[in-house]
Amino acid sequence: MVIKGTAHKFGDDVNTDYIIAGRYKFKTLDMDELACHVMEDLDPEFSNRCQEGDFIVAGKNFGCGSSREQAPLALKHAGVAAVLAQSFARIYFRNSINNGLPALVCDTSGIKDGDELEIDLENGKIRDVTGGIELQSSPMPKVMLDILAEGGLVEYMRKHGSLSLERESA
Amino acid sequence: MGKTISEKILSSHAGTEASAGEMVIAELDYMMAQDGTAPLAIRGFEGMKGAGVAFPERVALCIDHNAPSPLRSVSELHSIMRDFAGRYGLELNDVGEGVCHQVMLDKAHVLPGNVVIGADSHTCTYGAVNAFATGVGSTDFAAGMLSGSLWFRVPETIKVTVNGTLPEGAYAKDVALMMVGSITADGATYMALEIGGETIAALELDGRLTISNLAVEMGAKVGLMEADDKTLAFFKDRTKTKFKPVSADEDANYANALEFDVSGLEPQVARPHQVDNVVAVGEVEGTPIAEGLIGTCTNGRLEDLRVAAGILNGGKVAPGVRLIVAPASREVMLQALREGLIETLTEAGASVMCPGCASCVGTHQGVPGDGENVISTANRNFKGRMGNPEAFIYLASPATVAASCIEGKITDPRRYPVSPP
Repeated sequence: MVIKGTAHKFGDDVNTDYIIAGRYKFKTLDMDELACHVMEDLDPEFSNRCQEGDFIVAGKNFGCGSSREQAPLALKHAGVAAVLAQSFARIYFRNSINNGLPALVCDTSGIKDGDELEIDLENGKIRDVTGGIELQSSPMPKVMLDILAEGGLVEYMRKHGSLSLERESA
Repeated sequence: MGKTISEKILSSHAGTEASAGEMVIAELDYMMAQDGTAPLAIRGFEGMKGAGVAFPERVALCIDHNAPSPLRSVSELHSIMRDFAGRYGLELNDVGEGVCHQVMLDKAHVLPGNVVIGADSHTCTYGAVNAFATGVGSTDFAAGMLSGSLWFRVPETIKVTVNGTLPEGAYAKDVALMMVGSITADGATYMALEIGGETIAALELDGRLTISNLAVEMGAKVGLMEADDKTLAFFKDRTKTKFKPVSADEDANYANALEFDVSGLEPQVARPHQVDNVVAVGEVEGTPIAEGLIGTCTNGRLEDLRVAAGILNGGKVAPGVRLIVAPASREVMLQALREGLIETLTEAGASVMCPGCASCVGTHQGVPGDGENVISTANRNFKGRMGNPEAFIYLASPATVAASCIEGKITDPRRYPVSPP
């Protein structure tokens, strides 16, 4: 499946307090409400600029800091279809996959803000149409691919009842 | 080939021989969630439509981040937690019990050699008592409740050795900040830290917990220490459950080895807005402050309050500055009351809050005003962390925070001898 969208470029160490601030996150489970505040302390206009199907393209250590799962969830509700980064903080990485939001590790240095990207999720191939770059994302553990294939960990557990490292792919 | 602590603990809990880089499904000894993460976990758990909570006696929910509730909408989330805990027979630590991580330790829910997950990134704190303890998100926690186990990638380990006698005025928090400044925010991503050396051995448990608490600020999965007599003494009167500490083999394979000598360590400060933006206190001395915070899972323990009270003893918080003190748990609060620390701090002008995360997360009390500088014993200083993106947060030891509150500006705590009340 190939998805297309616009890249929104961020730097290194974008922490989960920036993705969704504590003053919002702790008082509601309404993800659409939280979606209006994503990245607010870093880029106040981001939630307005972000269109359904767009991508976040970041540097190193995206999602560092707090374990708040509202971070990838609110991004997803804001319309983000995938996050590409040089590297991810690990709790965020698991949370993103657990919520069916692809998190792709690749060399993002050449992608510019506003570039149009095409991403083949199955093969992890990324094409920066504007910049003329082709990238390959790093493979992720099989159990994560299985979780992503179900759309998230809730769906996976509902279907399978338990985690397995050796499951036949759906 | 010998094994690291992480390899041994995960292998034994997965019932298989696993090495760094391999995947396991490990049985969980305990799991915890707090009021910022539990409501979402409960929603996820119910969506999984499973048979129930596999091991209710291994689960604790804690109301600490937003305690007491400041808003009706928060109260709704707290009600969801109480209701769920009641239905499934889970332990519920309500308002005032304390910060989740302190409560987990006070109640000995985590033991040496355990695998423990917490839906809070500072779960790594319990690495100091020799547990493979790591932070997870709400849905992973829900899966853990459902099945009693979770998948892990066995991390590679960085061996960190800290030697030297800490000089006067430098404390465990300064060691921790120095390490974060050196290793940086992603220097240990996906790795386990094994932290040891004579400095660590000389620290009491309170200080060791401070250091492990900051492991996640370097990206680490866990911040492990070996168990010794002090560790055993901590658990001696807290639990009858047998446990077996886990040590690394002599010939264990480490991805990297780092050595620090702290014999000349000066008090450290993390400047806004990153935890690894660490400098010696001298570089920021004189910066005016409006608010101080002594507390949190990092530095809300008895030793921390003793040092703060020792510096503030007979002194006064400067005009225009408010100092908020939040003991990390009910147990710490009671002991602090008995030792007269709460009286000393209050006499000096500190405002003591109910045990909990207090002002650290910006969810309820102690939000700074626009342009204000806060000096805090917490573990994060990201922009907006304390509820106002127009404020600036400096991280430091309880001693540095106490001294700074007397002067109304960031102050080297070595100017103020600690005289116990």
